[in-house]
Amino acid sequence: MTVLDGLVGTGSRLVVEEPERFRVHRDSMMSPEILAEEHAKIFEHNWLYVGHESEIANPGDYVRRRVGGRPVFMVRGAKSGKVNVFHNSCTHRGAVVCRQDRGNAKVFQCFYHAWTFDSEGTLSGVPDREAYGGTLDWEGLALRSVARVESYRGFVFCCYDPEVVGLVEYLAGAKDYLDLIIDAAPADMEIVRGTNEYGMDANWKLLVENSIDGYHAVSTHDTYFKYLVALGTDLSVGVTGTAHDLGNGHAVLEYEAPWGRPVAKWEPLFGEDAKASVDGLRAGLVERFGEERAHRMADLNRNMLIYPNLIVNDIMALTVRTFVPTAPDHMEVTAWEMAPREEQPDVRQRRLDSFLTFLGPGGFATPDDIEALESCQQGFTSGGVEWNDISRGMTREPRANDEAQMRAFWRRWRADMDRVDRTVNP
Amino acid sequence: MSAPARVRRPTRSEVEDLLFAEAELLDAWDLDTWLTLYTSDSRYVVPATDVPDGDPTTDLVLIDDDRLRMTLRVERLNSRKAHREYPHSKCRHLVTNVRVGEPDGDEIPVRASFIVWRTRNGKDSTWVGGYTYRLVERDGALRIRSKRVELDMSSLRPANDVAVIL
Ligand code: FES
Ligand SMILES: [Fe+2]
Repeated sequence: MTVLDGLVGTGSRLVVEEPERFRVHRDSMMSPEILAEEHAKIFEHNWLYVGHESEIANPGDYVRRRVGGRPVFMVRGAKSGKVNVFHNSCTHRGAVVCRQDRGNAKVFQCFYHAWTFDSEGTLSGVPDREAYGGTLDWEGLALRSVARVESYRGFVFCCYDPEVVGLVEYLAGAKDYLDLIIDAAPADMEIVRGTNEYGMDANWKLLVENSIDGYHAVSTHDTYFKYLVALGTDLSVGVTGTAHDLGNGHAVLEYEAPWGRPVAKWEPLFGEDAKASVDGLRAGLVERFGEERAHRMADLNRNMLIYPNLIVNDIMALTVRTFVPTAPDHMEVTAWEMAPREEQPDVRQRRLDSFLTFLGPGGFATPDDIEALESCQQGFTSGGVEWNDISRGMTREPRANDEAQMRAFWRRWRADMDRVDRTVNP
Repeated sequence: MSAPARVRRPTRSEVEDLLFAEAELLDAWDLDTWLTLYTSDSRYVVPATDVPDGDPTTDLVLIDDDRLRMTLRVERLNSRKAHREYPHSKCRHLVTNVRVGEPDGDEIPVRASFIVWRTRNGKDSTWVGGYTYRLVERDGALRIRSKRVELDMSSLRPANDVAVIL
């Protein structure tokens, strides 16, 4: 491996930017050494999405997650009401303490020797405690919280690095887009019951690129567009818009698209019955935010990457998607649908339909994305071609079907990977 | 409106004939004929793996097709632009443990276990779970009004997607 001896300057060796050309070396997608380095330099030091506060609405509600490849769980403290994210490991000898994907619990009892912790992480019970002769360090043996936990408008993030900048500063320009998306809801947002948990035999960064790639839609998603047309959607609008670098590796596409949006844009596919409620939502937006912002909220789509691995796509439905690599050529994907609480049932039904037909792994589009990414991964192994080209739109104001948003990701990736003060786990 | 007449309870082998015919048509990718096994008001639902009792009107599911969407799904899978299934996988639907319930109005509830095996492009994947059918009689033949597919897998990850008809 010529590009990769030693770990110094890995980023710059793999991501090469010239005035009119931007290239990424394919070793970045194939090498186990790079994956280990990514864990040490990216997943250990950036804010990572854990879940949404609506998933743990009540005291003691919890969800179990893998964040950056590590098992953690998020629980609403019964005393404090605050969102705790704990390393899912018993402080006694290590067993996983939370063994269900979700639920409500007063206490978490480790099954191995039955130590008990409450929802604030406090160690509250140790069988035969007398054996320790009063020396047991109850405080020091509380469940270990992840170094940093913060949430922004219901989106809970954690970071394994205590030195990381605050979440709002980290979110940079992505914060305004989250505001726009959340403000558009007439009530609080919630995660809908039912999770899409799927996988891809491809490098995780290919899904970063794909999630904010406007260029592939027409060729890859032909059958989805045919489906829309069969149901009466007028595709002549096309997909026009712009791409923005939001800072810190985050990026967004914002564009006009032909499909209906349950936020407030009716189209025939929704059915006549839903027209009045959707038009009412739109009138509400105009009233609250004025014509211009209401137009952005209702008519424009947004595909947003929050570096490194959170995608919030506000398109024909609102998706929250995260993914973690398990190998250079495999990732686990988890996606949720977000919607306003107490939404009209007919609008909610349209939203669910839109999600599963386009975004779901059983729909008319996502399987073809999976095929595309796996196909790239297979293509890499052929060798002979060293670099991917990501130069599209470099010499003009970036459009939604250019690659400026991917370059924003890769520049941050290069900077993270170039850092020398982070050690790679053995 | 008076309640529809109660129908005769078919024998297990009559029901198996229908389910095995469906499996054969799916394995042969004869999806147009497959559709003819279903009524005009049919429904095909696959709940999410974490909410097997999911209700498609309020919960996010993997597949929620009415007859129209079933038709469009078949159209998609018949085309060369369904990239995930072009060329088609080799599939094998194994249907077993068939249980025929007491008729409920004009419907006959049926449960079965299944494994669907797919191989494509050097990769094998399997889906495992239970089918719940509601069958009706149409012109003297059994037809499928609804098929619900509850997956036993703790996630779709081993199969990556559900691009074939289960
Ligand atoms: S490992 Fe948890 S109680 Fe011993
Ligand atoms: Fe796509």
